[in-house]
Amino acid sequence: MTDEAQDVIGDYRYGFHDPENSTIRFDQGLSEQVVRDISELKNEPQWMTDIRVKAYRHFVERVMPEWGNCDLLNMIDFESITYFLRSSNKTEKSWDDVPDDIKNTFNRLGIPEAEQKWLGGVTAQYESEAVYHSIREDLEEQGVIFLDMDSGLKQFPEIIKKYFGTVIPYSDNKFSALNTAVWSGGSFLYIPKGISVEMPVQAYFRINAKNMGQFERTLIIADEGSSVHYVEGCTAPSYSTDSLHSAVVELIAMEGAKIRYSTVQNWSSNVYNLVTKRAVAHKNATIEWVDGNIGSKLTMKYPSVLLKGEGAHAEVISVAYAGEGQHQDTGAKVHHLASNTTSNIISKSISKKGGRSSYRGLLQVTPKSSGCRSKIVCDALILDENSRSDTYPTMEIGNSTADLEHEASVSKVSSDQLFYLMSRGFTEDAAMGLIVNGFFEPFTRELPMEYALELNKLLELEMEGSIG
Amino acid sequence: MREVAEEILRIENLHVSVEGTAILKGVNLTIHRGEIHVIMGRNGAGKSTLANVVMGHPAYVITEGSIFYKGQPLEELAVFERARAGMFLSFQYPAVIPGVQVGTFLKKSVTSVRDEAPKGRAFRKELTAAMEQLSMDKSFLSRYVNDGFSGGEKKRLEILQMLLLKPHLALLDETDSGLDIDALRIVAKGINEVAVDSACLIITHYQRLLDLVKPDYVHAMINGAIVQTGGPELALKLEDRGYDWLDVTA
Ligand SMILES: Nc1ncnc2c1ncn2[C@@H]1O[C@H](COP(=O)(O)OP(=O)(O)OP(=O)(O)O)[C@@H](O)[C@H]1O
Ligand SMILES: [Mg+2]
Repeated sequence: MTDEAQDVIGDYRYGFHDPENSTIRFDQGLSEQVVRDISELKNEPQWMTDIRVKAYRHFVERVMPEWGNCDLLNMIDFESITYFLRSSNKTEKSWDDVPDDIKNTFNRLGIPEAEQKWLGGVTAQYESEAVYHSIREDLEEQGVIFLDMDSGLKQFPEIIKKYFGTVIPYSDNKFSALNTAVWSGGSFLYIPKGISVEMPVQAYFRINAKNMGQFERTLIIADEGSSVHYVEGCTAPSYSTDSLHSAVVELIAMEGAKIRYSTVQNWSSNVYNLVTKRAVAHKNATIEWVDGNIGSKLTMKYPSVLLKGEGAHAEVISVAYAGEGQHQDTGAKVHHLASNTTSNIISKSISKKGGRSSYRGLLQVTPKSSGCRSKIVCDALILDENSRSDTYPTMEIGNSTADLEHEASVSKVSSDQLFYLMSRGFTEDAAMGLIVNGFFEPFTRELPMEYALELNKLLELEMEGSIG
Repeated sequence: MREVAEEILRIENLHVSVEGTAILKGVNLTIHRGEIHVIMGRNGAGKSTLANVVMGHPAYVITEGSIFYKGQPLEELAVFERARAGMFLSFQYPAVIPGVQVGTFLKKSVTSVRDEAPKGRAFRKELTAAMEQLSMDKSFLSRYVNDGFSGGEKKRLEILQMLLLKPHLALLDETDSGLDIDALRIVAKGINEVAVDSACLIITHYQRLLDLVKPDYVHAMINGAIVQTGGPELALKLEDRGYDWLDVTA
């Protein structure tokens, strides 16, 4: 490990990195040629190259968002980022075939173990592309397609062409344009009609190199009456220079289908995490975003749901933890575009040691949508005087039959709570850890148990040495 | 003749203030193993302050005097160390810890106090037995600590913790308040069990608990000081006559 990496690792336990053995590495910086080179390298159909180029041009013209955290956004140096890095020539189906360094990394992250125990399929992405991929045979036999996005485009170009960019067009925002221009990796998941996938499938995204840009692209389609739980995890080494993670995730739930998308984002504190996630729910479909943001330097992410069909339902549960030097600008957007659609949004944030968390939410009910219901609960916990929490809720209610509830609270840990726990033998740090875990409980109880335990441990570690 | 039991708690000329206001004004009190002491006094007399300061609540400042636990000056011990050394406070107003399940909390608390994780099966047996004794339904284990608990349920949870933690010094601050008649009997039984081998300081307003838990000493606190000490008869007298006859300022 270099001294420089060691310097900034601190308490972040995923901060280790491997020697970089890339097979293809693009020079730093972005140009139309880089975009074309990526497409050519991947042997893509012309239509994809064309979209990439259009998206690139839009990215160049598009101004930076003027909200969120402009100071941090404007510090991103797009010229110092590596936009494509291939570290293994193939996506392997067996861990034995994955290069040792990379395999060891995923072993340390516990992925192969989790796969054996409780997952229906795994994609492991390292830098720009998937290095490992597998799905349980029984799922494959039922017609479930679970591939990394590059393979998806090769094997199912028609489906991808039909849906790619339909939920999130490249012109949606500056970072969706960037992603569309240089995307690589991500997951393509298709669940056929009526199939319920019982075991969650997981994708894990690991950045290893310095100044890396990771731009995965995910598309999930749940056909009529099907259901699936997709889990996403991510970590990176701690470096003193910044990396950029800018993904686009599109979900489509057909009539009566259900997609749950769970994320535990735990990037190191030098990673910009600027992600666009949006879902379409058709008639009586359900979308659930379970979104945890623990790490990164700046996260701007607002999982969205377009409730397009009557009776569709959206559930967004998100938590954010902003520690020293971190800003979590997160929230949820729900658009009630049809009648009798319902949504439930729970947002919880913790700020500590000068960290900053913001809730940014949008709730829209269009004039023709009657009988819609929505409940929004935003709770913030601030652990010390230097930390900060803000809420920016926006409501656009065009139909008077809408039934809306909105609760918000900002609280501090009370000395009576701490004293109560300490009188039961807890150290001050342990007491704080327990209170914080309790605060996030509505989120953690929605996660698969293994993730919940991991997250609780993580937060307990974060609370160590937190009090003078 | 009774052998002199081990001294558990000794309070000497204790003066305490909170946010600059003097609350305790020279309290003296010594409790030995196996003794039950009762403190009675008007609202605001300083009873909870005494219990809290013994346990180490940071809001209370000792301005004069000292407290010793088993001969050791308490200022040397952080709150969690006091708990681990065998001190226990049953709170008048137990705190709510949202999102933390009672089962998790109890296991972690017992682990910290005993300094080792209790064996899974043995702990479950112990827990089940204690809960049965207190007529607490199993469903309590998955509820959040004191969240939405009724007054009496909170007090039962305090006593459940006492039974599990087996303290050497139990400070029980109005544990009988809010309990129904059956619960009072159940809780009294729990206190009597612990009291056999521990020192007990019970703060209460009512004689009814003392019909079930026989005190060795009863102290009357007025205005931050103990002004009278007697046997069980003092409690009866206070119940009958109130505090005015003891209050020199009245
Ligand atoms: N944290 C605090 N901040 C300010 N004042 C306090 C605090 N704690 C106690 N006091 C004050 O100290 C005095 C004694 O309070 P304490 O709680 O010890 O009374 P008590 O004898 O337990 O009364 P009760 O029978 O009503 O429980 C009261 O006047 C109370 O308002
Ligand atoms: Mg009191």
